[in-house]
Amino acid sequence: MLKILKYSFYDLMRSRWSYVYFFFYLLLGIVLLFLNNNLSKAVITLMNVIITLVPLIGTIFGVMYYYNSKEFTELLLAQPVKRTSIFLGQYFGVALSLSMSLILGLGLPFVFYGVFMSSAIWDFVLLLITGTFLTLIFTALAFNIALANENKIKGFGYAILLWLFMAVIYDGIFLMSLMFFEDYPLDKFSLIATMFNPIDLSRVLILLKLDISALLGYTGAVFQKFFGTNFGFVVSTAVLSIWILIPTYFIKKQASKKDF
Amino acid sequence: MIEIKELHKKFGKNQVLKGVDLDINQGGIFAILGPNGSGKTTLIKSVLGMVIPQSGTIKLNGNTIKKDWKYRKEIDYLPQIANFPNNLSVKELIKMIKDLRANYTQKDLELIELFKLEPFLNKKLGNLSGGTKQKVNLVLTFMFDSPLIILDEPTTGLDPIALIRLKGLINSEKEKGKTILITSHIMSFVEEISDEIVFLLEGKIYFKGTISELKSKTDQPDFEHAIASILTKSYA
Repeated sequence: MLKILKYSFYDLMRSRWSYVYFFFYLLLGIVLLFLNNNLSKAVITLMNVIITLVPLIGTIFGVMYYYNSKEFTELLLAQPVKRTSIFLGQYFGVALSLSMSLILGLGLPFVFYGVFMSSAIWDFVLLLITGTFLTLIFTALAFNIALANENKIKGFGYAILLWLFMAVIYDGIFLMSLMFFEDYPLDKFSLIATMFNPIDLSRVLILLKLDISALLGYTGAVFQKFFGTNFGFVVSTAVLSIWILIPTYFIKKQASKKDF
Repeated sequence: MIEIKELHKKFGKNQVLKGVDLDINQGGIFAILGPNGSGKTTLIKSVLGMVIPQSGTIKLNGNTIKKDWKYRKEIDYLPQIANFPNNLSVKELIKMIKDLRANYTQKDLELIELFKLEPFLNKKLGNLSGGTKQKVNLVLTFMFDSPLIILDEPTTGLDPIALIRLKGLINSEKEKGKTILITSHIMSFVEEISDEIVFLLEGKIYFKGTISELKSKTDQPDFEHAIASILTKSYA
């Protein structure tokens, strides 16, 4: 698997898109730092961008890579290589190169700005960690969609829908249900509902770390009580990991059954 | 060498293989023929484990291939459509496949010389013509020394000189005692090089034997007409 990972990674490192993605984050980091002139504020703005953009890029890139390397995959399938390691290798190749672009692209301007000297360092690190988690999660989901759909257009369509659902529609439904059931105690419900969407989970995790949960009112207090503790942090990291493990398991399962 | 029993495969509602039984012994060139969509590629891909059959068994040297992958070390496969990662150069691709098979063969240099590929070694695969890609494909297939060679439409896009070289290559591999499976639609090519033919029709083996046996069975003087007579009978 490591060999496949290595080659997928090299292949992507040469492709133009990895650089576009890298320079985009580089530019974003620089612009935000100059506009805000404040590390903590830049981190908050950045969070809003990352939380929606990283999943989008992860899904699109994952689907695109799978379809583009289809013939090559067929070549690999005829080699003495285990089937599941081909697909897992490709998946980790894509996810790692995307994470690298994210970490380096954002990391460089912040390092030069002096993030190591500031108190915002842990917030920033948390931001990069959740960004990496989101990349891993959404690339895995994208690979599942691509494996299940021979038709490229359908695959892309489902991938965009998935992103739209997780990033926008889920929140809408969530908010509406909160308003509809406002007479009932909703803290447990909202905690659990947050767990079912990795984007929401990451957002809440960062917001609470940034200590602006007061903005969220009563629910914020409940969330703070839960996520602010070490227990909450461990649980949410575990949930994010499960969000990686389950799609990865399904990649494995689909890969061993599919005809080429 | 290869033992196939009661192989069934369908894609959706389309039943492609309907109980194929086939024994192929070690040594010799076997051509798998049949009209378009008769299941030639599906059959080959089942042997390679790329297509997973609904039922039936495939054994290679007495061992079943189900859920195994190491047996592919014994097979060199030339896919029908040569499409490679466009970002890589020819040299890198060859190096990579060698690395994947953990096989330190030097035969690739010989083959590059044979197909005159030196000027293309540092070019990106995306910029090569179809015929050149097919030559690269042939180098990748023949550079290993496996006892079973499977060629799916090896002549596609080749110029006459490359075609002569390919025939020479196939014959020299046969002399080493290897088993070679070929699919092709070019009847003169098949007639020239194959020892035995396997004719697939509607998902079953219709005929297996030598070309002269086929001629006498169909009462036709030449090979092309013999094949045509099978097809017209089946279409009628």
